[in-house]
Amino acid sequence: MTATIEKSDVTKRLRAVGAAREFGILIALLLVIIAATIANPNFLFSADGWRDLLLTPSILVLLAVGQAIVIITRNVDLSVGSVLGLSAYLCGRLFIDLEGIPIIAVFVIVIVFGGLLGLVNGALVAFAKVPSLVITLGTLYAYRGINVLWTGGDRINASDLPRDFLALGTGQILFIPILTIIALVVLAVAGWLMKNTRGGREFYAIGSDPAAAELYGLRVTRRLLTAFVLSGALAGLGGVLYAARYGTISSQAGSGWELDAVGAAVIGGVAIFGGSGTVWGAAIGAVLLLTINRALPILGIPDFWQRAVVGALIIGAIVLDRVLAIRQKRKLLEAREEGE
Amino acid sequence: MTATTTTDAAVRTYRDYDRPLWQRVLLTREMAIIALLLIVALIAIPTVRGFSQPITLTFLLLDVMPILLIALPMTLIIITGEIDLSVASIAGLASVLTGVMTQAGVPFELAAVLAIVAGAIGGAINGFLITVVGLPSLAVTIGTLALYRGLAVGLLGTTAITDFPEFWTDLAKARVGGSNIPVVLFLFLVLLVVFVVLLHFTPFGRGIYAIGLASEAARFSGVRVERTKFILFMLSGTISALAGIYYTLRYGSARGDNATGLELQVIAAVLLGGVSIFGGRGAIHGVIAGVLLIGVLASALRLANVTSDVINIITGVLLVLSVVTSSFLAWLRKRRRAPGGTPRVEASTAG
Repeated sequence: MTATIEKSDVTKRLRAVGAAREFGILIALLLVIIAATIANPNFLFSADGWRDLLLTPSILVLLAVGQAIVIITRNVDLSVGSVLGLSAYLCGRLFIDLEGIPIIAVFVIVIVFGGLLGLVNGALVAFAKVPSLVITLGTLYAYRGINVLWTGGDRINASDLPRDFLALGTGQILFIPILTIIALVVLAVAGWLMKNTRGGREFYAIGSDPAAAELYGLRVTRRLLTAFVLSGALAGLGGVLYAARYGTISSQAGSGWELDAVGAAVIGGVAIFGGSGTVWGAAIGAVLLLTINRALPILGIPDFWQRAVVGALIIGAIVLDRVLAIRQKRKLLEAREEGE
Repeated sequence: MTATTTTDAAVRTYRDYDRPLWQRVLLTREMAIIALLLIVALIAIPTVRGFSQPITLTFLLLDVMPILLIALPMTLIIITGEIDLSVASIAGLASVLTGVMTQAGVPFELAAVLAIVAGAIGGAINGFLITVVGLPSLAVTIGTLALYRGLAVGLLGTTAITDFPEFWTDLAKARVGGSNIPVVLFLFLVLLVVFVVLLHFTPFGRGIYAIGLASEAARFSGVRVERTKFILFMLSGTISALAGIYYTLRYGSARGDNATGLELQVIAAVLLGGVSIFGGRGAIHGVIAGVLLIGVLASALRLANVTSDVINIITGVLLVLSVVTSSFLAWLRKRRRAPGGTPRVEASTAG
């Protein structure tokens, strides 16, 4: 085998395909924005339009990043919507019950709380060796149930929350909403960690082949726990931002978001069977999902059709991934035959 | 008792057959769930006021009927190791299609049949993407979950269609003679017989288990893996559409958001009933017990004036407990069988 030359060739090609994948979604996103802007310039060129464009996807981006990390390890976390709802309510209660509590303390407490909920998922998945789909389906119900039990018919209103905190939800720094900045920072950190650190690469290794990772001596249990804790903590952070953005928190906050988060990751090129994809792709997927939602009515399509478009997008994305994978496999085979 | 032997065949070591017959019959996941169902019912009858009234059973059956119906094909699909998350959306779409066509002047019967055909097509699209294009069913059906629901909501918006022939809406709630047995139960029983025979007494059904245990091995032993899966997804779409029409008639309205979230309840019930998410293991009587267990708990708690949402916690915890205990028992058994030997490492796989 002419190992060295071929290897660099292969990695180059893999990288090229990977880049193409995220690039493709970015192009799609830009096309949607351009089309909507042509139909109505206010979509981009008004203060409100610009703010909504950045603000709306911020929270889903956080969930999609967490979801991407979990899916890369060949698991799935369906409980994120419920974790977000429970965290948002906890956040509201903290402000009400402990008057004058510093905002930063609320952030820390709620993120830790979300992380703990994620730890429960992770522990059940990693120690009991039960598929995450089942476990997180169970905790999706359980966390939502606890939320409903705790909240009752009650709800938290914007008037219950401190003004400084609500200002976070609407505030901007240099024309960029604060929530978006938070999401971007998280995204950048997660993206860097996943690409460059040993721990990050181990997530990919576990997702590509769990048995091999175990045999190779990777600490699979610990990594799985980390992935779920991260996903939970990000959903917790999402809960705080949800409270800041919307001000109103009922027991149904964030319900159904788990499918949006999984959908965003899948659209963004994170393979549902683990081992490939990036958090960047998932984040762009999240932005694309929500931007399309807002663009449809402007393009003259009643917004009732949003979900249908989202579904078609998800199907399109996975079919595209499949086609790319087959093409790449064929190319690799050809490359091998030529080499011999 | 075919089910018991089926599950044992999964391991097929002589040890399993060393156990006396009564153990093989009684010490199964399915029996555990059935026992749990009986215990819950027996506790509820004296303690919850009104639970022992026959009318409770009627409403219980009417309420869980969509879940019972969809659980049948879902069981088969999960046994092959696949999953179908789009069932509730197909039910919603069928509901809307029936409504829209009825409103446009199509006779209700024809509209219902066409909606069921649409459901079958929806299922066939899932099946095509999964078996021909070769995509993972989890990803495909998350996509079609959104797509079919989107079509349903898109067609009808936020309006609802409520004028259906009284004959049919009455029939959906009707009881047999003066008894408390809902008529729709017979529809379910017919389908139940079909599915039990299909799964437990035909080569097709044996193939379903074979696919779930080892897809490649099944292919080499002559099971037509792709065709089997395709048929199952089509069946799932058909039955889901049927459940959607029942749902429409039962509540007398076709809405875009009918049956939202039902897929998770169905899957929870199926897994609770002892079907392994890894495939290859499970039986229909366990699944029926799983659905009824959730139904009985919900109805008893509602009568006891516990907020109906507590049922969510219970469903979730039961689901988690049921899978955790079964993997714990498997671990124990392995320890006992191979004393001193290290248990084989099984990496957790995606769901």
